[in-house]
Amino acid sequence: MNLPVKSEGRNLLDTSGIIGWGVDADPRNDPTYPIRDRANDPGLTKNWVRPPVQQPAVEILQSIEHIRQPAVVGTSTPPSGLSGMMRRLAFRWSESNWIHWLLLLGADRVNVVEGVVDDLAHARIPNIPAEMGIRSELAFNKTGFAKKVAVAGLLSALVAGVLIARRAPAAERPSSGD
Amino acid sequence: MLAMDYRGPYRVRLTEKPMPELLHPRDAIVRVTRSCICGSDLHLYHGLVPDTRVGMTFGHEFCGIVEQLGPEVENLKVGDHVLVPFNIACGQCHFCQQGLYGNCHESNAQATAVGGIYGYSHTAGGYDGGQAEYVRVPYADFGPTLIPDWMDPDDAVLLTDVVPTGYQAAEMGGIQKGDTVVIFGAGPIGLMAARCAWLFGAGRVIMFDLLDYRLEFARTYCPAEVYNFKEVDDVVVFMKKTTDGLGADVAIDCVGGDAKGNFLHTLFGTKLKLEAGSAIPLHWAINSVKKGGIVSIVGVYGPTGNMVPVGNVVNKGLTIRANQASVKRLLPRLIEHVRLGNIDPKGMITHRVPLEDVADAYHIFAAKLDGCIKPVLVPNGA
Repeated sequence: MNLPVKSEGRNLLDTSGIIGWGVDADPRNDPTYPIRDRANDPGLTKNWVRPPVQQPAVEILQSIEHIRQPAVVGTSTPPSGLSGMMRRLAFRWSESNWIHWLLLLGADRVNVVEGVVDDLAHARIPNIPAEMGIRSELAFNKTGFAKKVAVAGLLSALVAGVLIARRAPAAERPSSGD
Repeated sequence: MLAMDYRGPYRVRLTEKPMPELLHPRDAIVRVTRSCICGSDLHLYHGLVPDTRVGMTFGHEFCGIVEQLGPEVENLKVGDHVLVPFNIACGQCHFCQQGLYGNCHESNAQATAVGGIYGYSHTAGGYDGGQAEYVRVPYADFGPTLIPDWMDPDDAVLLTDVVPTGYQAAEMGGIQKGDTVVIFGAGPIGLMAARCAWLFGAGRVIMFDLLDYRLEFARTYCPAEVYNFKEVDDVVVFMKKTTDGLGADVAIDCVGGDAKGNFLHTLFGTKLKLEAGSAIPLHWAINSVKKGGIVSIVGVYGPTGNMVPVGNVVNKGLTIRANQASVKRLLPRLIEHVRLGNIDPKGMITHRVPLEDVADAYHIFAAKLDGCIKPVLVPNGA
C-alpha cells in the first residue's frame, strides 16, 4: 500500500527573503474567527494526549479517512445480514465518494425488510400502523387520514381494475388443447 | 429498559432493550429524566441520513441522573442531575482544543467530518441516544454539565442542543448592531436563532416558513417579522425589495434537508435521495443575502452532493459559516442568559409526551399536527 509520507527535505519555497512575509497573518482579520481559536490551535498534529482506547466487542466499521480507531466508539447496532455486507462494501470508499453513501442508503432500505423478517422470525407481527403513529393521525388529522384512505382505495381499485381487464381476454381465449 | 426503536422510515416503536453498560473508563450511565425529539431527528425518521440502522435508539437532546460512573470520571457523582450536550467530545483532541466540540476526532469511527452524536445514525458514530430510560454517556467527565438548582429541567434539556444551535447560528452570522437578519425555518432552532439575533444587536429579524401556526408563534416568541413563503411570489425578490434592493446582511438556514418549496429538489433530494436533502433554504439564503454578506448554516444536510449555487457565493463575495453547535463552549454564557431571562427555552415546548407514546410523538412532530413546536418525552419513572 502506497501511503503518503511527509517529506523531511528542505522547504520548496524559502520565505526568509520575502520582505513583509507574514505581516498580513493577523488573526483579527481571520473571517472564521472565533470559530478557529488560534490561541489554542497547536497546528496540524496528531500528538494530543489520547484518552484510553475502547476495545469494542462488536464489529465497528471505520472510515478509511481515519488513520486509527477513535478512542471511543458506538456499539449500537452492528452490521448484519445482507445490509451488513453492503455496509462493509461501502466502507471501502471514502466519505468523499458518492458510492459510499449510496451503498449505505441502499443498505438502509434492505435493513428495513430485514427488520420485518426478524420480527416475524421472533413470532412478532409488527404493528406498522401503530409504529407510524396512527393514533395521533386519527386524533389530530381525521380529514387528512380520510383523504389518504380514499386515495389509497381509489388507486387499489384502479390497479385491480387494470389487472382484471388484462386477465379477462386470456380467460376467454379457447384452450389450445381443444 | 424501555427505549425508542427505529424500524425504518416513518416507523418507530418502544421496545425492551438490554441495559447500557460502561464500555470505557470515562463512561457514565445516565437515567433519563427528559429527552426531546429534535427537528434533526426527523431527517433520520424520514430516512434521509445514510447508515441509519434498524434497531437504533435516537435522541441527542436529553438530561438525566447519573446512575453509574467509570473509574476515570472524577468530577461527577452518582445522583447528579446533568444535562448532556449532544456532541460526544473528548475535550483533548486537535479540534476539542480549539473549542470545536462538534468536530471531536476521538468519537466517530464511521466518519471524519463530524464528531460523535447520541442517537444520530452510524454516520455520527453509532451511539444509542436518550429517547430511552437509560443511556451510555462517553467522556462523561467532559460533556455532562450539572443542572443548577434554580433551573427547570425543561429549560435544561433544551440547553443540550436547541438553544446552543440557535445561538451559534446567530453567532456564526457575525451579526453587527442594526443588521437585517433573515432566517429560513420557524422551527425550534429558527425561533432560538431569531431570539439570539436580537442579543447580538440585530435591527430587523425576518423569518420565512411554510406553516402559519409556526409563524404566529415566532411573531410573539422571538419576536420576528414573519412571512409564509407560499404567499410570496419569489422569496429572493421579496427580500431584495424589502431591503432597499441590497439584500439582508445575514442569512441563516435553520431548515436543512427536509425543506419544502421546490418540486425538483423535493424529488431529487428527499424522495430519490440523490441529493443530500432539498437545498432550497440554502439557495434562498445565498441569493437573498447582500453582496459581501454572511450565510450561516445549521440546518442538517446529508453527506451526499447538493445542487448548491456556489457560483453566486463566489460572485457575491459571501462568507459561509456552518457547523454543528459546540455546546460545551457556549453553555456558561447560555446558562447565564436563561438565569437573566434573556432566553426562555421552555417557552417553546408545546407537547409533553410519555416515552411510551414515542411513535405518536414522532408523527405529531413530523406531520406538524396539533400546533406542535417542540415535543418533550418523559420516561415513566422520571
